[in-house]
Amino acid sequence: MTRPIPLLLIALAIAIPLSLLAGRVWIDPASTPNAALILLDLRLPRALLALAIGGGLGAAGAAMQGYLRNPLADPGLFGIAPGAALGAVTSLLFGYAAPAWLLPLFALAGAAGAMALLALIAGRSGSVGLFTLAGMMIASLAGALTSLVISLAPNAFAMSEIVSWLMGALTDRSWADVRIAAPLTLAGIALLRLTGPSLDALTLGEAAARSLGVNPARLQALLVLGVGLTVGAGVAVAGIVGFVGLIVPHLVRPLTDRRPSSLILPSALAGALLVLVADCLCRILPLVTELRLGIALSLIGAPFFLALLLKMRRGLA
Amino acid sequence: MMLAADKLCVTLGGKDILHSVAARLQPGTITAICGPNGAGKSTLLAALAGLAKPSSGAVLLDGAPLAALHPRERARAIGYLPQAGEVTWDMAVRSLVALGRLPYGDEGAEAIVAALAACNLEALAQRPVSTLSGGEKARALLARVLAGEPRWILADEPLAALDLAHQLALLATLRRAAQAGAGVVLVLHDLALAMNHADRVLLLDKGELVVDALPEDALSHVGIARVWGVAARWLGEPGARALVAEGLTPR
Repeated sequence: MTRPIPLLLIALAIAIPLSLLAGRVWIDPASTPNAALILLDLRLPRALLALAIGGGLGAAGAAMQGYLRNPLADPGLFGIAPGAALGAVTSLLFGYAAPAWLLPLFALAGAAGAMALLALIAGRSGSVGLFTLAGMMIASLAGALTSLVISLAPNAFAMSEIVSWLMGALTDRSWADVRIAAPLTLAGIALLRLTGPSLDALTLGEAAARSLGVNPARLQALLVLGVGLTVGAGVAVAGIVGFVGLIVPHLVRPLTDRRPSSLILPSALAGALLVLVADCLCRILPLVTELRLGIALSLIGAPFFLALLLKMRRGLA
Repeated sequence: MMLAADKLCVTLGGKDILHSVAARLQPGTITAICGPNGAGKSTLLAALAGLAKPSSGAVLLDGAPLAALHPRERARAIGYLPQAGEVTWDMAVRSLVALGRLPYGDEGAEAIVAALAACNLEALAQRPVSTLSGGEKARALLARVLAGEPRWILADEPLAALDLAHQLALLATLRRAAQAGAGVVLVLHDLALAMNHADRVLLLDKGELVVDALPEDALSHVGIARVWGVAARWLGEPGARALVAEGLTPR
């Protein structure tokens, strides 16, 4: 068994400074004019946001896969990300006159609404099956309502803004976004880490987990709050960024002893690394407009998902 | 160190599964729960483990209702081995066994080593669970329970689907645990195993406790005819008996 955490920390220590220098304009701190300004006000907040979003999605994905005991689970399954997106999209209807804090606020409210609905439907039973179905119902409801909001957009500009926002990006973000996303994500990851021992027990099934002292209702509450904070904060500042929560735990799992609890922190670090690197690539690629982060990650993610399915099929054959 | 069911009733989905079951289980012995399919054996075991909520009555641990105990305290006292034998993530045997320490939140290295030794798993400790045979996996899952050093070991059909050698190996491990003072309660389908290896048999039928007696008495051909509707007779000597089922009897 290798220890993935030091490895990932070293990779991050290399990637973070590089990401600050990389972009459409490569910065040489000694010679580029206004280097300090670009670094501090543009690149650093963007890098921190990438780290926060990736870290949150990685940790949420690892916890979700442990909870649902399914390697194909993704934070989007609970309907929290679609709920946050619905909130954000609704705020865009208010147009350009709306203050900048309105969108993250609406996104967080959407995430909270989805979480409350989940808790209300799944009740205090703590049943995983009921919970998953409730999450899928909320996800499809939020998706339908988001489409409704798009169709109600007052003009083509609003519609285009909504659609491009949904694609997920870290372009032109500021310290204000970091101040929203970073604390919420850190709090969420801390909550998700608390679920570790219970998720380990769930490896043996629900009955055995309860016999080991796991409180299903408490576990569910911690998980909803943790996923809600990490995913909600991510959507609030960057839109929908898919596949990270699905891929990252897979990449990290072979490096751990495969207990869900030993996967959460490494997944957070690996998610942070993946989104940081993906965002850098988006900036560097010589395209007419910058590739949207959400699209880039889905382009990486879909083939990965396919490879995973083919591997599973070989396992079944 | 007493575990007892006191007028225990359990209702699941509006259906009465257990009806007023009263039994006192003895530490240091192996108790078998027997009965036809649907008699409520697994439900009784789950209720004794604190996993099925009584609709009335109670399960008492040392005279106090199990439901009032903190889940962690209950988990330290009672080890439960479900029938399914589920292991979602393909971890090494040692990691699997270490899950038994969760109620203590410690490494429990000594207990884990002892549990691996008790189940003869030292050589397999680093092997991924997916590479184990059915029998080896059953031993690993029992070692997980033993690692928690519970005073009560409750196992649902631990011997089903195991070959003869593994059945005897597992029974020997359970017997050693009982000799060390633990109470062992097993749901058993195989009446010969119950007859030859249990110290006591609880015979359930349609949610009611029919007999609580020594195996020779509880599983007599009269009892088998009454509860299973099968004409059967025992061959061999006490402790080494075999069952011959001769046919269905009109009940």
